Amino acid sequence: MGELQLPEINYGALLPMLILFGAACAGVLVEVLVPQKIRNSVQLVLSLTAVVAALAAVVVQRDTRITTIGGAVAIDGPSLFLQGAILVLGAVSLLLIGERTIEKGGAFVAQAAITVGSQKDLRQAGGAPGATEVYPLTSFALGGMMLFVAANDLLTMFVALEVFSLPLYLLCALARRRRLLSQEAALKYFLLGSYASAFFLFGVAFIYGFAGGIQLEAVQAAVANPQRSQVLLYAGFALISIGLLFKAALAPFHVWTPDVYQGAPTPITAFMAACTKVAAFGALLRILYVAFAGVQWDFQPVLGTIAVLTMFVGAILAVTQTDLKRLLAYSSIANAGYLLVGVLAMNEAGLSSTLFYLVAYGFSVLAAFAIISLVRDADGEATHLSRWAGIGRKSPLLAATFTFVLLAFAGIPLTSGFMSKFAVFGAAIEGGQTWLVIFGVISSMLLAFPYLRVVVLMWLSEPGETTPAVSIPGFLTATALGLGVIATVALGVAPAPLLELTEQAGQFVR
Amino acid sequence: MEQTVEFAPATGVLSSIWLLVAIPLASAAVLLLLGRRADKWGHWLGVLSVAASFVLGLVFFANLAGLDAERRSAELNLWDFIVVGGLHVDFGLLFDPLSGVFVLLITGVGSLIHLYAVGYMEHDPGRRKFFAYFNLFVSAMLLLVLGNNYVMLYFGWEGVGLASYLLISFWYTRPSAATAGKKAFLMNRVGDAGLAIGIFLMFTELGSTQYDDVFNGAPTLAAGTVLIMGILLLLGACGKSGQFPLQAWLPDAMEGPTPVSALIHAATMVTAGVYLIARSNPIFSANTTLQLIVVSVGALTLLIGCVIGSAKDDIKRILAWSTVSQIGYMFLGVGLGGGAYALAIIHLLAHGFFKANMFLGAGSVMHGMHDQVDIRRFGGLSKHMKITWITFATGWLAIIGIPPLSGYFSKEPIIAAAFEREVAWEAWVFGLAALIGAGLTAFYMTRLFVLTFHGPARWTDDIKHPHESPPLMTIPLILLAAGSIGAGYLMSTSVADWLTPVFGEEQAEAAHGVLSHTVITILSLLVTVLGAGLAWSLFRKGTATEPQPAGVLVTAARRNLYTDSFNEAVFERPGIYLTRALVYLDNKGIDGVVNGLAAGIGGGSARLRRLQTGFVRSYALSMLSGALLVVGAFIAIQLGWLA
Repeated sequence: MGELQLPEINYGALLPMLILFGAACAGVLVEVLVPQKIRNSVQLVLSLTAVVAALAAVVVQRDTRITTIGGAVAIDGPSLFLQGAILVLGAVSLLLIGERTIEKGGAFVAQAAITVGSQKDLRQAGGAPGATEVYPLTSFALGGMMLFVAANDLLTMFVALEVFSLPLYLLCALARRRRLLSQEAALKYFLLGSYASAFFLFGVAFIYGFAGGIQLEAVQAAVANPQRSQVLLYAGFALISIGLLFKAALAPFHVWTPDVYQGAPTPITAFMAACTKVAAFGALLRILYVAFAGVQWDFQPVLGTIAVLTMFVGAILAVTQTDLKRLLAYSSIANAGYLLVGVLAMNEAGLSSTLFYLVAYGFSVLAAFAIISLVRDADGEATHLSRWAGIGRKSPLLAATFTFVLLAFAGIPLTSGFMSKFAVFGAAIEGGQTWLVIFGVISSMLLAFPYLRVVVLMWLSEPGETTPAVSIPGFLTATALGLGVIATVALGVAPAPLLELTEQAGQFVR
Repeated sequence: MEQTVEFAPATGVLSSIWLLVAIPLASAAVLLLLGRRADKWGHWLGVLSVAASFVLGLVFFANLAGLDAERRSAELNLWDFIVVGGLHVDFGLLFDPLSGVFVLLITGVGSLIHLYAVGYMEHDPGRRKFFAYFNLFVSAMLLLVLGNNYVMLYFGWEGVGLASYLLISFWYTRPSAATAGKKAFLMNRVGDAGLAIGIFLMFTELGSTQYDDVFNGAPTLAAGTVLIMGILLLLGACGKSGQFPLQAWLPDAMEGPTPVSALIHAATMVTAGVYLIARSNPIFSANTTLQLIVVSVGALTLLIGCVIGSAKDDIKRILAWSTVSQIGYMFLGVGLGGGAYALAIIHLLAHGFFKANMFLGAGSVMHGMHDQVDIRRFGGLSKHMKITWITFATGWLAIIGIPPLSGYFSKEPIIAAAFEREVAWEAWVFGLAALIGAGLTAFYMTRLFVLTFHGPARWTDDIKHPHESPPLMTIPLILLAAGSIGAGYLMSTSVADWLTPVFGEEQAEAAHGVLSHTVITILSLLVTVLGAGLAWSLFRKGTATEPQPAGVLVTAARRNLYTDSFNEAVFERPGIYLTRALVYLDNKGIDGVVNGLAAGIGGGSARLRRLQTGFVRSYALSMLSGALLVVGAFIAIQLGWLA
């Protein structure tokens, strides 16, 4: 055995992730050291500062194109863009998570471990300040996501997957209201997530067997010049992609999504819908474009079928939903299908349009969940559709904003939704995947129905006596909502700057 | 190719011709936007804006006259209007001899009628709105005659149409006015569609809608293409000018206020069709079949108008049918081609004066007679409304063509020209039609005049002392009467030469008509005197105040020669049936498919939803099956099963 060779580490390139992980560890210390009265503010400021600092670090090294830590992490155009996107969307999510004025004590329970319905639980339901552990958990998740999109070997990718998944499972369980639903969602997410991780890990083993290495370049080389049985390659690829398809909520691996989106605290749902999507597709892009681009003719039909299935399952099931959070969950499933269409273009336009779509959709979905968090009654958020009937008469501004966001989801021109769909469909046609675009257009026609149904319900129905009041958003939610809506308008009216940025992100380093 | 059409760019004073259109438009905008705040002075702004356009028009006209005959035109491109692919349309204006005379007619007669309307609409609460629409009309009409391409013409064409519908239905609370507006709209749609398709055809065939490009390109086109293009333009012209088969809306349009009838539905807008054909003379001159069609339409319409006009009792309807008939003469003129283009324009100008004069006279009579329009209820008004009587008399003598009033100088040459057609049977048919039309015109106009102003009074009981109208209304009447007397001679000597740059040199050869010019002059005067004398002797002693039983021809004429019934039977009923059938098809067929699809998706959704059981074990199972399928698919690919 030779001397252990220490890999060279470029700390500058890793700085954004180091900042977040550091801030997360500091957050844990804050839990212990800082008095409860000011803990929330300290945590919020700490995590927001960390996000902003990390973002600054990303911007500073925008021209870096390297692999580091012995090739385990690739800091290149796409990963910097994705990290930036995760940080920006994460900052907006943190604003939603930090909101404490709409509901006394915030959206999170004070002590999740207390048995639901017990005396103690009733006492804490009365507005005890929510758990502040959510901030370090969110920071860990954000750091994990950033590592996930930059991971350049399969094991690092797996570690990152777990690093950002575990905090999410916990966060899902922390809802103040409807705690049983929240805990059930968290458990389901955890069980199915672990199940999917197992597929992923099993796939990594196959690929190691096929390529003799786990670095993406090694896989790429082996794909180009196979030495061992191709069964190993295809089985491994299938299993790895299943792990990623699960995170991205693609059919038939989407089944957890509606339950989890509904049960999780709304800020966490927004966080998952925006940031997890970016992370999952970021990793998927890297795997497909770097490691397995050589067999794209083989996987395009299979993954294309999955994209079509996803678009239709999302669209058709959205039609009969009666709960807004579930409706948006199915909408997010369908959107994952459109994203996969962009990915499967397998060209430069496919890469840049997918990146654009991720950012545009992230902002819209954050705005949508921010609005949902505002419509409340005595039992918390009133997410059943029937409760939204006639809300346009009572709160025209809120209803108009929500209408706008729904129109963006439906892909109406002058919204970011139109531009992003246009971009991915254009890329897919360029990439010879016209059949995906045809199914995409048909499914988006179907998908327009549930959105418009909500619009009709809000404006044209008579308000019932039970139509809930709309809370005045606190500063944090108002900022998050404003940012989401402004981005949705801006990316629809003037998409050019972001599109240019996605094009400059260029290629993955290999 | 005979000669190239080329327009000189606008220079000097002429580069501000856009003001002609802009001033009335700005005034209309002010009147509409200021709303009630402008009620007190709005009508004067309306009059002033048109008068200003008239003064400007005179200045531009004088400038144009100062140019060489070779380069007597001014083309002004303001901005790119439509640029899509190969289609390039300028927002451009053209001030040449033809549009020059139209500008003077529109703004000159327009100013007088605006002035008259100040008095006529004095007691109407909507006077400001009326003037806003009126100004809008003037602006659009000026755009129509000043455009330098067919799209601009179409723009103005639709603009005048809009103003016309608004003003026909101005008293929209009356069902008859609302219906008349609708009727005008629908029949004009038919014509406008023709014009639009004609313009499309120009673009596809010639790649341009600019006048110069189209006119230079027209002779190079196949005869069939020119024929179709011409027929489409003619359809548009027939719609706007109330010519057969689209004449039925014009008489109903008299539901609007009388100044509207005078300006829009007598003097200017309805002559837009004549303008269109005269402007497009290189297209129409390129095809003799096309000219024959135009001549036939003109001859047929002029007879229809005369016959129906003879049987009507409503003073404004008679004048309206008379308008239809006189525009028929103009169509006859432009259809004959060559020198007759100028004759038609001269008749158009003369008609603008004497018909506006008579409409305003009719308005003055109605003003004094509590809005009575039935000529059987007039009589003996010459003693009570002296100014109206005398001015109306000039219009009457002018239209029937008694020298030296204007109608004689403008109509008689058209009759003569009709007799000069090269093919003998055509010369006889169209010449005689024009001649008979002249006799009938004399008959029905004399009937109208005698029954209104002479003979015993047959007034309704509520009228004791009919009064003359205020000076605001009589002054325009006097000025228009002067025009009816003097304009004819003036124009017949100068306008033809003036228009030479537009229509080309008149062939100087002597006429080889089937009848000599002298004979035609004598004949036309003879039929005029006969018709007028017959009417005078029949109606000198008045007439019954109730409808009388009548023979087949009179009954037919009273019912507009059954054209309305024809339209109803041939277009309206089948149209209604067709819509019903389509609605049925839409409800049962298309909606059925759509609703069925929606129900299918909804049902599918409900069924799929059951798979979402909420149990982790079934979720895990579905993931496992998905995984097996994906892995299986890849293995299958690898083994070449799916390749």
